[in-house]
Amino acid sequence: MTEPLLCVRDLRVGFVTETGRVQAADGVSFDVAPGEVLAIVGESGSGKSVTAQTIIGLTRSPNSRIAGSVRLRGAELIDAGDDELRKVRGEQIGMVFQDPMTSFNPVYRVGRQIVEAVRAHRRDIGNSEAREIAVEMLDSVGIPDPAQRIDDYPHEFSGGMRQRAMIAMALALEPELLIADEPTTALDVTVQAQILALLERLNRERGLATILITHDLGVVAEVADRVLVMYAGRVVEQGTLDEIFYDPQHPYTWGLLGSLTRIDRDRPERLPQISGAPPSLQSLPQGCPFRPRCPHEFDRCPELPGLDARLAEAPAHLDRCWLEPEEKRELRQVEGQIGLEAPK
Amino acid sequence: MSVDGPKSDDIGDIQTHRPELLLEVADLVKHFPVKRGLVFDREVDQVRAVDGVSFSVARGETLGLVGESGSGKSTLARTVLQLLEPSSGSVRFEGREIAGLSRRAMRPLRREMQMVFQDPYASLNPRKRVGQIVGEPLLLQGVARGAALRREVQELLARVGLAAEHYDRFPHEFSGGQRQRIGIARAIALRPKLIVADEPVSALDVSIRAQIVNLLADLQEELELTYIFVAHDIGIVRHVSDRIAVMHEGKIVEEGPADQVCDQPRDAYTKQLLAAVPIPDPREARSRRRAVRPS
Ligand SMILES: Nc1ncnc2c1ncn2[C@@H]1O[C@H](COP(=O)(O)OP(=O)(O)OP(=O)(O)O)[C@@H](O)[C@H]1O
Ligand SMILES: Nc1ncnc2c1ncn2[C@@H]1O[C@H](COP(=O)(O)OP(=O)(O)O)[C@@H](O)[C@H]1O
Ligand code: SF4
Ligand SMILES: [Mg+2]
Ligand SMILES: [Mg+2]
Repeated sequence: MTEPLLCVRDLRVGFVTETGRVQAADGVSFDVAPGEVLAIVGESGSGKSVTAQTIIGLTRSPNSRIAGSVRLRGAELIDAGDDELRKVRGEQIGMVFQDPMTSFNPVYRVGRQIVEAVRAHRRDIGNSEAREIAVEMLDSVGIPDPAQRIDDYPHEFSGGMRQRAMIAMALALEPELLIADEPTTALDVTVQAQILALLERLNRERGLATILITHDLGVVAEVADRVLVMYAGRVVEQGTLDEIFYDPQHPYTWGLLGSLTRIDRDRPERLPQISGAPPSLQSLPQGCPFRPRCPHEFDRCPELPGLDARLAEAPAHLDRCWLEPEEKRELRQVEGQIGLEAPK
Repeated sequence: MSVDGPKSDDIGDIQTHRPELLLEVADLVKHFPVKRGLVFDREVDQVRAVDGVSFSVARGETLGLVGESGSGKSTLARTVLQLLEPSSGSVRFEGREIAGLSRRAMRPLRREMQMVFQDPYASLNPRKRVGQIVGEPLLLQGVARGAALRREVQELLARVGLAAEHYDRFPHEFSGGQRQRIGIARAIALRPKLIVADEPVSALDVSIRAQIVNLLADLQEELELTYIFVAHDIGIVRHVSDRIAVMHEGKIVEEGPADQVCDQPRDAYTKQLLAAVPIPDPREARSRRRAVRPS
């Protein structure tokens, strides 16, 4: 097995707010190996972005409470100094956000921003050499005419081009890990397909490791190697791509898979759904956080299940649900498909 | 007026009104002027947002309108409902021409056609209570007031899966899915015949999306509604629609029964759109990738 590049252990991120404490990430652990794509899925507010941002120190603030460990090639980042973190961001870890407009300064040309990002980290590189790197990067992410377009302003790029330019900037310093937070959510499917193909190529050719945050299980199926399913600040299931899609163990995962619309299959009369809404992080139910929405709840559920391996044949497939594996395989079948029967 | 829009036989001649058709749109055009110049606003160009669109919608059916960002879906939706004035073309509702009708002439027809919007956050007045928001159309059209209005609104809230005690709350106290339910309750308050839903589930979480899709289906059955369902997600559109129209650069490039458009697309652009939709099935995704990129 490849030595992990990133080790996250028992990460806890809380925020002190006027109305009380919010535990946005609660005991999150995972590894990312070189060249691997780890997808984090879950609905909005489940703690995906907070988890990713904490890795590179972006949630540090007077009202945040951060605990646990984040090691990049063995070096601890949780208590690293700001200067050290700034160096890690960019040089070792690149980051791409959902809205590329917020990442580029609208008043400067795209190329200049990439050049400055490069030179901020590499003092040995001159302006013209940095510009060459920028052109090369824009070319490698598929921007046509990069030598000309490098002098465009951000608003002169289409949404897809901005997102690709953002990836180019994140990759200009050849980081080992890319954190991409909903990088294609705002894009059309045809542009999304180009971005996903680009990410896949970079993983394959450069061994770039990626943490991909998305709520789209279609995107996950296209690019991920492993998947982390988050619910209300906790990981409720994690495993390989095939384990999550073909042998999912947590009822929330069944619900997510069941409610997908697929253009390659006959459509069901009614779309299977998960009832109710995710709980407020300030008033979590006791025990399993999925209880109020779970049609399979039983008398053990008021106690919080641990994130454990429950299948002898898959020791790295973890989930947080008290049901027995045989029971699960039976219960998750709804009209011949994996899904969640709505509670009565 | 040329009739080259509708292609399938079951639509027939749209020049003579057939009672089963609720809505007939022919050669609809909406151009926006592009103005430049410091002193004089000169019209230098036009955005052809809707560029000659024809289609019809039968009573009780759902027409899905799909296309990428900027293809003109929202402009078409708003122009059909006369929320935007058409540049040219015809829109007939129950056989009656409504294109270019004055606001006043449109007013009684407003009850018959309502819109549901994408962003449940932006489309609700934050300073009004839910009861007021849902009851407003009833009050404005003089349908009910006082205790009768309150009863009617509470019934509407129950119908969309909200509780009577939500009546006095403000929109910010609700989740995205609940806000969309409020928007839907308001849209059905006057018992419209046609509802145009512009990306009604795009801003919602996956687990909430299915709830709203199912709610819209239930309401369609109970209230005999006709829908135009606008979205960029062809998977959702196929699930809800009887027929699908694919928009590209202001035109409908393909139109037909939902399964046919998805399973046997004829238009090159439709094919391209379908090929880009990720399949949430790792094995299929892998075999599709191998087919595209032989290693
Ligand atoms: N008021 C306006 N003035 C000028 N141009 C406009 C106006 N409204 C829309 N447009 C243009 O018309 C075209 C179609 O826009 P429209 O909003 O209808 O697209 P859409 O298909 O709904 O896209 P999306 O999926 O992003 O919502 C776009 O080029 C848009 O910029
Ligand atoms: N700076 C902050 N202060 C207080 N609460 C926050 C802060 N940042 C995030 N949160 C809360 O943490 C939870 C998880 O947020 P986030 O990680 O952004 O969710 P996701 O990315 O999964 O949609 C949410 O309830 C959010 O409101
Ligand atoms: S632990 Fe209980 S409530 Fe939670 S997912 Fe499993 S069965 Fe449902
Ligand atoms: Mg987020
Ligand atoms: Mg639109």
